[in-house]
Amino acid sequence: MNVLPWAGALVAVLLLALALWVIVVRSTFAAVVGFVAYGIILSLVWMLLHAPDIALTEVAIGSGLTGVLLLGAGSRLRGTEGNENAHAPGAVVRVVAALLCAAVTVGLGLAVLLLPEPAPSLAPLVAANLYRTELGNPVTAVLIAFRATDTMLEVVVLLLALVGAWSLAPDRVWGGYPGLRHHADPNGMLVYAARRLPPLGIVVALYLFYAGSNSPGGEFQSATVLAAMWLLAMLAGVTHAPPTAALRVRALLVMGSTVFLVVGIVGMFTAGAFLAYPAGWAKVFILAIEVPVTLSIAVALGMLMAGAPERPVQA
Amino acid sequence: MTETTLLGLCAAVLVGLGLFGLIVNPQPLRKVLAFNVLGGGVFMLFGVVARRGAAMGFGGDPVPQGLVITGLVVSFAATALAVALILRLHAVAGTASLRADALDATTAPPTAAADDAAAVQRLT
Repeated sequence: MNVLPWAGALVAVLLLALALWVIVVRSTFAAVVGFVAYGIILSLVWMLLHAPDIALTEVAIGSGLTGVLLLGAGSRLRGTEGNENAHAPGAVVRVVAALLCAAVTVGLGLAVLLLPEPAPSLAPLVAANLYRTELGNPVTAVLIAFRATDTMLEVVVLLLALVGAWSLAPDRVWGGYPGLRHHADPNGMLVYAARRLPPLGIVVALYLFYAGSNSPGGEFQSATVLAAMWLLAMLAGVTHAPPTAALRVRALLVMGSTVFLVVGIVGMFTAGAFLAYPAGWAKVFILAIEVPVTLSIAVALGMLMAGAPERPVQA
Repeated sequence: MTETTLLGLCAAVLVGLGLFGLIVNPQPLRKVLAFNVLGGGVFMLFGVVARRGAAMGFGGDPVPQGLVITGLVVSFAATALAVALILRLHAVAGTASLRADALDATTAPPTAAADDAAAVQRLT
């Protein structure tokens, strides 16, 4: 980017310093705060690499949701920190590990320097077929049309992770409420924010969803903002995560992948291939997938943040 | 050297740093953090490859860019599952250690232990 000739170098130095901080600092809390900053700087890198869609996803999921998740876990594990640090590996292990990691870095660095010239690219192919999807944003077209199988499987991966987390519940609380119950001062700032921000956040999410077809944005970014608003309300105690056995939660969770699968099979009969869209109907098919998938991803992200069931239903 | 190459080299260092943290830090939560730093580096390499493939008026090859978005969501799912596993280990064992001898050294909190002992009894 020619706006700031040194932006790349500056951002790279900041990023490396923050990564080093995350790895070496003693306190887990300080490391997580460093990681959130790392994610934000990383999203600047995505802007420099001309990938605004990834920048939005990075700042929302990579930095935001992951940061909150790790902060919560870190505060619950604080008591174990000192004990574990006493068992850090010895100098020999550290030196060998450092040499190994340096070798990996050198190898990757050489790979970067020796990348083929001219660079192979699928951009011409995407540009030539973009009109078939009736979308203007090539990244959205890749996610929802050209490589829709990836996106479908990704929604399934979210479900699998959730099934994994839920199955950690002991019998006593099976199907119960996830995580700890949050309480906050009802007149405090957190509760105020949790009551005022969600309406605004929902509008932003709707905009990201709408804009995603032609500009940076899309269903993942939209779903993450929705999940973040839900999470804010949960953390402030304004609302609570529903029990994992609740039928409406489970229905919302599987809705996205079910619709994806059904549309995929319909494509087999109307357009001759799984997840193919018949000519002229692409927009309708894509919207039919995007709406339920966005809702499912938002609920899955929110429930993953809430964690494994820890309190029984009848308490 | 172009800015894209510079960012590619930076990504290579991030992968090395993350891998180092993953190996040497004994706390499981810090391993998860290091793994996420490593992941950031890998995604950045994808971004560099995408940027080099810029053509037809696009700022980068949209296919690797789309893969990174999918990857970010999957990496969050894996992180959330790992955190749930660590918290469960903490609840059952009273420690979040990955060492084999840590379980013998500590006494588990009574509620979680009794709960699981009952579950094991039902199974056997």
